[in-house]
Amino acid sequence: MIEAIRELLDHQLLLYMITLREIRVKYKQSAMGMLWAVLMPLVIVGAGVIVRYAFAMVSGKPLMMLDLTSVAVKAAPWAFFVAAIRFGANSLIVNEDLVTKIYLPRLVFPLAAVGSQLIDFLVAAVVVSVFLVVAGAGLSAHVLWLPLLLGSLILLASALAILLAAASLFYRDVKFIVEVFLTFAIFFTPVFYDSATFGPWAPLLLVNPVSPLLEGMSSAVVLHRSPPLAWISYSVVFSVVLVGVAMTTFRRLEPLFAENV
Amino acid sequence: MAEDCVLDVQGVFKRFKRGERHHSLRDLVPSLARRLVGRERAPSPDQRDFWALQDVSFRVQRGEAFGIIGANGAGKSTILKLLTRIMRPTRGTIRVAGRVSALIEVSAGFHRDLTGRENIYLNGAILGMTMPEIRQRFDAIVAFSGLEDFIDTPVKRYSSGMFARLGFSVAAHVDADVLLVDEVLSVGDYLFQRKCIERMNAIVASGVTIVFVSHNLRELTSLCRRSLLLERGTVQMIGPTAEVIRTYFSHGQQSRELEAGKELLITRVTVHDGKGSGVQFPSGGKLYVTVDARARTRHEDLSVVIQIVDEHQYPLFDTCTQRLSSGPITLDADQELTCTFELDLSLAEGTFHVNAFLHRYLTNRPQDRWLSAATFFVKGAPTVRGIVNLHPRLTQCHVGPSDNSAVPVPSVWETAPPVGRRP
Repeated sequence: MIEAIRELLDHQLLLYMITLREIRVKYKQSAMGMLWAVLMPLVIVGAGVIVRYAFAMVSGKPLMMLDLTSVAVKAAPWAFFVAAIRFGANSLIVNEDLVTKIYLPRLVFPLAAVGSQLIDFLVAAVVVSVFLVVAGAGLSAHVLWLPLLLGSLILLASALAILLAAASLFYRDVKFIVEVFLTFAIFFTPVFYDSATFGPWAPLLLVNPVSPLLEGMSSAVVLHRSPPLAWISYSVVFSVVLVGVAMTTFRRLEPLFAENV
Repeated sequence: MAEDCVLDVQGVFKRFKRGERHHSLRDLVPSLARRLVGRERAPSPDQRDFWALQDVSFRVQRGEAFGIIGANGAGKSTILKLLTRIMRPTRGTIRVAGRVSALIEVSAGFHRDLTGRENIYLNGAILGMTMPEIRQRFDAIVAFSGLEDFIDTPVKRYSSGMFARLGFSVAAHVDADVLLVDEVLSVGDYLFQRKCIERMNAIVASGVTIVFVSHNLRELTSLCRRSLLLERGTVQMIGPTAEVIRTYFSHGQQSRELEAGKELLITRVTVHDGKGSGVQFPSGGKLYVTVDARARTRHEDLSVVIQIVDEHQYPLFDTCTQRLSSGPITLDADQELTCTFELDLSLAEGTFHVNAFLHRYLTNRPQDRWLSAATFFVKGAPTVRGIVNLHPRLTQCHVGPSDNSAVPVPSVWETAPPVGRRP
């Protein structure tokens, strides 16, 4: 693990260049270019708002501005999380040429995949911030929770990307499993709803380590409240441990990559 | 490790699995189940495994150019992949002092959608250069590739030659302690190849250690003093390149037995200098080619053809018994034929192969043929380079005031007799 980090530090430029490549390539030869980075989160947030609106219509409860801002705050990081994993899981297969023909620390591929999605997320974050200002969400010291929550989310996404990238290199099935899983994950994660809706069953949703992070962000930015400390610590510890496991596993499997692609 | 030993390979084995492996869970689960039940045992390791390298050991000193010679599938590329750490040996140790760089698959790091400029930065980083290094060498790289006008064009619009040239240019500007080279000098057109070879020579001269893998033995001899001969994954010999090449070719010389279906067969082709057989001959000397043939049934009206081709199988010369005004040859059942051709070896340094044919005297229909039946290596005369030795002599080398009387040029050039035609 320490060795893996040291090797990455030695190859910062490589990580940067591969990330830059992913970003450049993603929007090359598209008429709208980087505008897609703004549009995609807008679509997801818009979908969340519509779902929320529909909930309100059906249940007859009045639609609160708070609900909409909360959905917006959770949808953007969720979109990042999903895209990072989807992209990361394929990163080694897509770079087969480099994996089999040139030696470089292969850890850069899943990390660059996550990194390039992170750039998109930053663009989305600006959009969401504008939305929050317009909606009059206000600002409080609880915003200081964000770095920890976001950092933890990034670690979690990286860990999964690393593990799934290695796994899908050996078994292409992983690719399909990831697709299916990501499609349904939105139902088991409180993005368009709140875990509190489920009352005593809420912990069941919060076991999903992404849930406390997303709800924590909404609570820090929208509700101006401290997120539940126990659940947040659970998610943070989970992310850190998983990154350790992922990097160690990846390093151990790395010598086998070239002959097993 | 000795102080000046840059590369130390000790007892390296590399095993590959033969055949398709479980690439999806669908295959894995049933086979695991079968194994658990014990109905069908997994194929034994010796059947499924394939040893690409067996007990390979060698050392390369600092500043040395070291060649690896072997037939296809001998394990040359596997060695390079182990040296670059793309793969890890199954057993044994590899120690490298310093930074390894490879002129292998030089375009692998390119992304088709990026421009030449973007790809230089990307590939530089992939090959381990630092940002200041890339910036500093950027102009040199572009100039070397000769792609100044296209550097802001996406490389997917490049021709394959341009693509390869850019790849080589980046890779050739990476600083390394050990440089691995695998057949890249065949990139681009003639001029670019010359540039590559010059660059390689400059790198060798600058004291970088080089491991060179190539089928181009002429280049290998000119670059590497010491070489390793690899045969089916084992080291046959390590020694001076010329000796290793001689051994390599002498292993290739085998005699053929009468096959069941063949009634007429060339059984042996040897090259020698009149005294004993060998594989290396001095340019300008004599070369004897002896062809042995045997018939199972009676054959009439035969002629023996020999053809000399270069290492790319391009025909340089042929002759036959018929053209040398010998009559048709008749072979009775179980009779043996031996023909010896004496040739003036007016070839320059290089590797050449002998193709032998048995033709019908009148119809020129081939009865048997043996391509690359023998191989020989010409040791160059110091005065000439190229393919042929035209035995040059300097008859005049005059320095003085220029006079206007131009040298008369013949209006019609005499054409050389066509080469490579059947009798």
